[in-house]
Parts: sequence; C-alpha cells; structure tokens
Amino acid sequence: MTTTTPSGADAAALAATHGLAELGGRPPLTVYVRQLWERRYFAVELARSRFRAQNEADRLGAAWIVLLPTINAAVYGLVFGVIVKSASRPQHFIPFLVTGVFTFAFFSGCFSDGAKSIISNRGLVRTLHFPRAVLPIASVLQQLFALGPVVLVMCLIVLISGEPLSVRWLMILPAYFLMALFCAGVAFFAARLTIHVRDVAQLIPFITRLLFYVSGIFFAVSDKFSDHPTLTTVLKINPVNVYITLVRDALLSRDHGLEGVHADPLTWQLGIIWGVVMFVAGFLFFWRAEGLYGRD
Amino acid sequence: MTETNGAAVQIVAPTEPTEPTDSRPGKGRRSTPKSTVGVRPTVIVDNLHITYRVFATGRPAGSKDNQNRWLKRSPSMRRAREVHAVRGISFTAYEGEAIGVVGSNGSGKSTLLKAIAGLVPSSQGAVYSDTNPTLLGVNAAIINELSGERNIMLGGLALGMSLDEVKAKYQEIVEFAGIKEEFLDLPMRTYSSGMAARLRFAIAASVSHRVLLVDEALAVGDKGFQKRSEQRIRELRSTAGTVFLVSHALPAITKTCNRVLWVEQGQLKMDGPTKEVVDAYSNSAS
Repeated sequence: MTTTTPSGADAAALAATHGLAELGGRPPLTVYVRQLWERRYFAVELARSRFRAQNEADRLGAAWIVLLPTINAAVYGLVFGVIVKSASRPQHFIPFLVTGVFTFAFFSGCFSDGAKSIISNRGLVRTLHFPRAVLPIASVLQQLFALGPVVLVMCLIVLISGEPLSVRWLMILPAYFLMALFCAGVAFFAARLTIHVRDVAQLIPFITRLLFYVSGIFFAVSDKFSDHPTLTTVLKINPVNVYITLVRDALLSRDHGLEGVHADPLTWQLGIIWGVVMFVAGFLFFWRAEGLYGRD
Repeated sequence: MTETNGAAVQIVAPTEPTEPTDSRPGKGRRSTPKSTVGVRPTVIVDNLHITYRVFATGRPAGSKDNQNRWLKRSPSMRRAREVHAVRGISFTAYEGEAIGVVGSNGSGKSTLLKAIAGLVPSSQGAVYSDTNPTLLGVNAAIINELSGERNIMLGGLALGMSLDEVKAKYQEIVEFAGIKEEFLDLPMRTYSSGMAARLRFAIAASVSHRVLLVDEALAVGDKGFQKRSEQRIRELRSTAGTVFLVSHALPAITKTCNRVLWVEQGQLKMDGPTKEVVDAYSNSAS
C-alpha cells in the first residue's frame, strides 16, 4: 500500500477536477449510441472487407455465396421431397423449400457469426477503442451483403418453378428488414453470452438445427399439426417461422390455397414486434457489458 | 504471469512494501496543490489490483498423488486459480510525460498497461483517464486476413476518422510504416512481424492520442522506423499527450522517456527520473 499517493477519495477528487473518468466501465447509453453512429462507416467497411475476403481462397470464389444455400436446398429437397415423402409436404414444394432454406440461412449465418464477432476480432478489440457493438452489427451487415445475390437466385428459382412475377414480390424488402433487426438482436445476445460462457458457441449448431426443424421450412406449420392447436400457435409465433412466412407470402402466389404459407396482419405485427423488441433488448444487453469485451 | 501466483505473503516480503512506491521528493506528483498547477494529469492509477481467474489445466506442479489421479482429476482440473498480477500500484501521469516501464518478465508490466488502456477490469482500485488510452502490443494484429490497405482504412475508421480523413492520411501512414507498395494489397498475415508492428503503430499514431501505450511494439521495427517512431513519440508529448513505453531495450527508454516506473512482482519498486531508475534497475539486474 502506498501512503502519499492520492488514494481513494483523493484520487477520485483529483480525477474529477481534471475531468478524468474511471475506465473499464461503460459509457452512458446516449454517448454510446452517438459513438456508434460515428462509426457507421467503420461497420459498413468492416462488413464489406470481410464479405469480399471470405471466399477468396476458394476456386469458385464468391460463387459459393449462392452455391451453398442452393446445394443445401437440393439436399433437403432430396431428403424430404423424395426419400421421406410425407403427406404434409406442401404442393409446389420447390419454391416452398427454397424460400425456407435460403431465408433460414440468413438467420443461422447471423447467429453463428454474431456469436463469434467479438472473439474473432480480438486483435481489433485489443488494439483500438470503438464501441464494441460495431462488431455484431458488422457481422449482420456482412450477412446482408451476402443476402443480395442469394435473394436474386432465390427469386430466379421461384420464377422458373412457375410462380408469376408480381409487385407483391417487393414485400420481401420490409420482411428482410425486420428480419435483419431481429437477427442483429440475436447477434448481440449471442456475442455477449459467448464472452461470459465460451461453451455457448458449442451449443449454437444444435439450437440452429432445432430451429431449422421447427420453423416450417419443409412443411407448413398449420398443415403438419392441424390437430394440435396450441402447438401450432407456438410454432407460428416462432420468429424464424414468422419471417419465412412473410417472405413466402410475398413470393408465392395465393392461387395454390396453401394454409400457413400466407401472412395475415398478425404475422406482420409479430414480425415488427420480434424485430424491434429483440433489437432493443439485445442492444441493451450487449451495452451493459461493454467494459468486459477484450479481456483475456 | 504464472510466476506471480504464489501466496501473497511470500511475495511482499522481499519487495519492502513501504519503501518503493512513495517517498520520492523531487517531482512532487503526489502533493497535488504544489506541482500540478498548470499541469494536467492524464492518467491517475489509484491502488490498482488486477486478479486474473484462470482455469488451471492439469494438476498443480509438484503434487504427488499420481496413483489416484483419475479419481481426483475433475476437481484439480477445473479449479479456478487466482493470479494476482498487479498488487496495489498507484501513480499519476501528467501531460507531456513519456514514461518508460521496466521490470523483469512476468512482473506485471503488460498487465498494468492493459489496465491503463481499460482493457482489463481492475479487481480493486481504479484507473482514471479522460479518453480511452490506446495500447499497441506486439501481437495485437488488426485483421490478419485482410490486406494492409484495408487494415489502414478500417483502423482509421475504427479510430473515429471519416472516410475522407482516412484517404487523406493514407499515404502518410504508408510512408511512416515504410511498407512497400507491392505488399499493400497482400493480406496482413503474409507480413513479417516487423512489418505488421510498423503498420499498426503507423495507424494508431496517425491520430493524436492523449495517452498512447506502447508495449514492446517498437523493438521489432528496423532502424529507420525506430527513428521515426521516436520522433512521433516526441511529437505526441509536445502536443500535451502522455506516452507509456514498455521495453527491455533500455537505450530506447533513455532516449525517449523522462520518467520511468520500475515494476517488480506486481508492485511499483521505483518511480522517478529516467537516469536514476534505469541505473538502479540495471545494477539490480547484473
């Protein structure tokens, strides 16, 4: 212990007279949001650089961004459309499946990349000071960059499979916007939880897998469990299912009379609530631990 | 770090806890009224303690129960060990100071710097500063898989520059780092450690910092770069900044610093003008 150094209250007073603040805490929320806004170009540039670099080493390069979900959809189409044919398989299975798989890939990408966003940028976090919320946001932006070409291919497949092109297709824009808000919220939660308990990262594939199977990607929720009303309601509230339904509602024509593929006003309300609530809650949850990111 | 995890009692004894950290006349940095008139403090470190919790793997060295080790495995493997890396350091740094930090390996220098940078939370005591100090460490890569050019862009933006500001400073950063044109579009993982360290320093030094912490980062640079970085440190000092420099290269410290902290076993062993402390430190080492 030292004696003559300004200690305890004295040090705090000296710091206060010279406008010094205690480090290792978190800035007030308004300051934090302002700092974050000042780094908006950083978030975009980081996402873009990583997006460009991600497939550099592969022979086919950026083509993988669309190849991966396409192959994925083909595999699931083979398994659930040919090998285990079930009665609950909707008509017009290909556009139904493709919209589901492609949209789910956006969610799962945000979830896993968001969880890793602090850890995989450790060098950046330890070298430079910036609001750490930039990192989960950048990981969602990176997924959004990838979503562009993926949605183009998705629309192409839907078109080829016989769905008519219509103005309603534009409704995928608000749908994906709300979904991106939701995904950013998930990324915030996952990023902070991974810092506290590294083991969370091990569980993410299983949570993703579970969500994949309950989110009505290769079956229509209301058809599959028509004799279990409670279960159907729960599965319909499931945010991933909500966003997939919104996208399908925009792309797939109503002529086929598929229950559960089409959105009603309630689905849009759920989409807005999930998106806004998850984003705000996730952001606050992430901000509260701002001082902890970057420690060993 | 692991060498400091013995019991506290054992450590405190040889370092004479009362003598080292205080009782230095001269600078009078403690008696606030007299010498701080017109000189603003930039960093106040108040009785700082840093404790790491480490999940130790394996059995503690020297344990004898080899026979029953499978039975005892789980408790001994998952026990969280406390590593008390910094044990009550206090000092105040002022505008225009360049402060060298010396001490043997594992003495807590780097941990102290991380704490000043606000990267490690304190377990007791506090660090006060007006902005977040910037820490430049040896192995803090920026983004390895991206090119040097992207790293300059991103580093500048992360530091709060606008796109135009980064573009305006780009050439200056490249020249300062001394990176050849043909390397700029290669990923940073292909850089030599010296090149990477130079680029990081150049990026961080491109904005003026109130407090810059340099942890051995200059040692890897070549002669020309060392000259430029020493020059840059002097500039930062003259614009009312404070620079901390951790180094085992004493000449680098004597050339750039006007004050030196000697850290030993997590405590401040000596704090004073460069020559005095460096002399005492090199005498103790030999």
